[in-house]
Order: sequence, then structure tokens, then C-alpha cells
Amino acid sequence: MEYRVALAQIAPHLGDVDANLELAGGWLRRAENEGAALTVFPELALTGYLLSDLVPEVAIRADDPRLAALSREVPGMLLAIGFVEETDGHRYCNSAALLRDGVLLGVHRKVYLPTYGMFDEGRFTRPGDRIRTIAAGSPVGRIGLSICEDFWHASLPMIQALDGADLLVNLAAGPARAPGGPAGLAAIAGWHKMQDTYALLGTVAIAFCNRVGNEEGLTFWGGSRLLGADGSTIAQGPLYDEALVVGTLEADDLRLQRYGLPLLADERLELVRRELDRIIAERADLPAVTDETVP
Amino acid sequence: MSESRAPLPAIDAEQAIAVIIGFIRAQLEQTGFRRLVVGLSGGVDSATVAFLAARAIGPDNLLAVRMPYRSSSPASEVDAMRVVAALGCRTERVEITPMVEPMLALIRGPDEASLQVRRGNVMARQRMIVLYDRSAAFDALVAGTGNKTEALLGYGTLHGDMAAGIVPIGDLYKSQLRAVAEALGVPEGILSKPPSADLWPGQTDEGELGATYDDLDRVLFALVDRRWSEARCAAAGLDPGLVASVAQRVARNEFKRQLPPAAKLSLRTPGIDHLYPRRRPGSRRGS
Repeated sequence: MEYRVALAQIAPHLGDVDANLELAGGWLRRAENEGAALTVFPELALTGYLLSDLVPEVAIRADDPRLAALSREVPGMLLAIGFVEETDGHRYCNSAALLRDGVLLGVHRKVYLPTYGMFDEGRFTRPGDRIRTIAAGSPVGRIGLSICEDFWHASLPMIQALDGADLLVNLAAGPARAPGGPAGLAAIAGWHKMQDTYALLGTVAIAFCNRVGNEEGLTFWGGSRLLGADGSTIAQGPLYDEALVVGTLEADDLRLQRYGLPLLADERLELVRRELDRIIAERADLPAVTDETVP
Repeated sequence: MSESRAPLPAIDAEQAIAVIIGFIRAQLEQTGFRRLVVGLSGGVDSATVAFLAARAIGPDNLLAVRMPYRSSSPASEVDAMRVVAALGCRTERVEITPMVEPMLALIRGPDEASLQVRRGNVMARQRMIVLYDRSAAFDALVAGTGNKTEALLGYGTLHGDMAAGIVPIGDLYKSQLRAVAEALGVPEGILSKPPSADLWPGQTDEGELGATYDDLDRVLFALVDRRWSEARCAAAGLDPGLVASVAQRVARNEFKRQLPPAAKLSLRTPGIDHLYPRRRPGSRRGS
């Protein structure tokens, strides 16, 4: 069964949740006109990226009625969108919500917060501690949400693929590293290679939505992409410019791909866990884990 | 100098221009300004900034201010007017001699030896005063003309030519600027003349800095962008003496690239643990 995915490659307003809700509403209606079953917005689409101490001022709860109302504007459509979440325990997270008809289907909290080079996320937000997939119903199936840097750790998308994801959705706010020269193009090529590889090895479709625009001198590069479960590129957005990137996925392609290339089914999970347990023990200088100590 | 192992920083001029134009537009949008003021000397840096500004916001929204001093080369102002003519932007002329001379005459002292440097700094700061005054009258943001080579070497006057609201070419090395200027259509005569602060007759940047911009940029690119040690720079064929002096100069001028520190006394201190983006809802002009 075919379904359409729209990637809203937008430039959010820094620190202005109300303006961004309005912005997102406009793009959602455009996606609706395109017949999208799922629309993906970038990381922190409701707040902008370089927030620093604005974090507590722009944070909302995942069950904020404004988020539900945004979703209800497009009946039947799945909506994935990034925001700053204040949790029950007043933890401030860089989160992504998946909603339909105003119902919150699930939340992913960014696990890997880059705090090096031009990034300072770990100073202002706290990491998530769950890697899950969310049941989104027919025709999409299960969705594995992740946020930007999460994709630079191969274990995260691979865990989601093994956990039954039919579609990996990555919401990004990727600033260009060196947009004036070849190093910048190489960095973008790195992102694309990584997505190709995850789609191929995870035999899973991928929707990647990266923002554009400029904050405090950083330029976000866009280049959103939709990939099929065989690693093929189905749609690709422009670099640096706003765009609604739309493509069609065929759910049956994934089924056929997984018969022809049964990598997930062949994965030796017990072996992987044993080796991970050993590495964890050795890193902490603990006694070696033997086969006898692992049930 | 080793050209293969320690290359000049590469640049894709069209891509850099697209990014800078997006940057200028976003900065104006975020600050609530629609216009820019730039000090136009006739040199390649300010010409490049003027071309970028005109492309980003249109020539009607750009005011190019020429601020000659009595010893400034007349050829510089001719070149500045070529930029104005090419762009069709607004321009004003404010000669700084009658502002600079009385101040230097007021403060004569035992430091005559430093007069040349003092005069250069007073000139740069006087131009800053003129630019900020014109920016208020023209309802505009001041676009600085500093580049990355100058910023790293500290080759600029604090609160003088370094004062600006935005610095469009602040992350471009001098050796990269030429390609960008050429792609923008900056007149050839401006591209090919030796760079000069034009603070006194015969002054050239490369004469003052003691090395060519290409050699300086090779060293800076290796030390700063690639994080190479001085030993690795030398192993790659860069002149060890130049590498040491550049490294020292970058370190010695760190203070020029940062806000001055305050003694922390309170719970939250700007710059330490009171950290915000420059613009946020409510801080935009007119909001």
C-alpha cells in the first residue's frame, strides 16, 4: 500500500512558540493538499535551535493543548514535530512528538546531545533514556523517532529497526560545518552516506527532515530526504532553501526487501548482547563476564 | 612555503555568497532593521561587504560612507566611488581630518614615538563614531568589514574598525576573499592592488604584518582550522619562525575577540551563566 510523506524543511523563529505554531499550521495545510499521510517537521521546530537560557521559557509539555490543536488541524494525518519538552519531573528535553487527530502517540527525547565544537546542547537540555518505536497504524506501521545527533550513533537506528520499525524518522537542526568550501559538502555527504547505509542495513525506510535558516551566524543546510527500504532515494530537498519535500513510499517494498535481504531476521542478538556485556565490563575494569554468568 | 601539504583554505565562492546573503537577511529580520551602513575605503574588504549587502537588501537600503583623512590616498576614494557607481547605492562623504587633528593636538606628550600608532587608532575610532552616527540617522545596522585573518592576528582597532552590528566576511580568510570578491563583480583594480589600512602613505598590510597574506593564511588554516601543533606545521613545510610568531600573535590577541570579563559576584552574570541568543521575542526593534 502506498502512502505520501511530506518533509517540511522550514526556518523556525528563534524563541517564539506561537509564531512557530502558526508557521507549522500553514505548512501542514500545504502537506494536506499534497495528500500526505505523514508530515515531518525539523528538530525544535516550535522553538528554534540556539536557545541557551531561553529553554525553560519555551518548554511545553508533550500533552500541551496547542500541540494537540495543531494536529487536529489536519484530520487523519500523522504529525512528527520537534519541541522543548518539560517532563513531569521538570526535566528539559529536546523532544519529538508523534500525533494524529490530536492524540499523542509517542515521544522521543534526544538521547545524544552534542556538546563539542559548535554545539552546546548538553549545557541547556538533558538527555533522553529510551530508544523505542511507536505504533502508527496502517499504512505506515511502526515509526522509530530520533533527533539529529542520535543518527550519528549507529546503535540507535539499528535498535529501532530490530525493534520493528518500518520507518525511521529523523528530525534535524543541522548547522553547516563549513558551508563555504569542500569540507562543508563532505559533511553533508557524510549525512547522506549514513542514511543510505541505515536504510540498506536496517532494510527500513527513512524520512529525514532538516531545517534551514540562520541563527547567530549558523546556517542550517536543509537537504531533507526520503529513502526506501532498499536504500534508494525517493525524494531529496534543496540545500539551504525552504521546501516541502514530498515522496511516496510503498509499504510492500519493505516486505519484499526483507525477504530478499533478511539481515534483521539473521541478526545474532544474543551474541551481540554477550559481546556488549563483555565490553561494558572491560571498560569499567570489572571481572570478565563469562558465558556461565549470562543466563 | 609548502603548497601541497599546507594548502590555502579552499572556498566555493558561490556557496559562500549564498550563505552570507542568507546571513545578512536573517540578521536584519531578527534585529528588525531593513538597512545597512558600511564604511567604504576603496579596498577589497569593504567593497566585498558593500557588494554582498547590495545583493542581500538592494542598493537603496545600503549607505556607503567614505571617510578620508588628509593623508589618505586619493586613489582609494576613486576606487570607493567605482564601487558606489557599480552598485548604485547611497553614499556620503565625511572627512575625519578636522576631528582627528584637534584631539591629537590636545594630547601631546612624551610618547611621540607611538604617535603613528595612536593616530591610526584615533582615525579608526573616529570612523566608528561617524558610522554609528550615520547608522542612527539612516536607521541602519553597521556592517563591519573585518575578515578572519585580521581577527585571528588582532590586526584591527578595538572599538574602531572592529566595532559593528554584524560582520559578514568575518569568517573568510583574506586569501579567500579575492575569489568571493571576483565572483561578486568587484572591479578588477580593487582586486589587484596591495591591501592597505591606508593610515599613512605607503603603508601596506603585508609590510606591517611581515609576511604575505597567502603565507599567513596557510599557517592560520593549519593552526586554527586543522588544530595542528607547531611541530606538525613545520613538518608540513611551513616556516617554523613564522608559525611561532603567528601562534603567539593569535594567543596575544584573544582578548580582542571576546567581551571584557566582569568579576563574578552575583547568582547570574552576563557572559558566564546568563546566556541568551542576541535576539528573542520582544527584543526585536519595534516589537
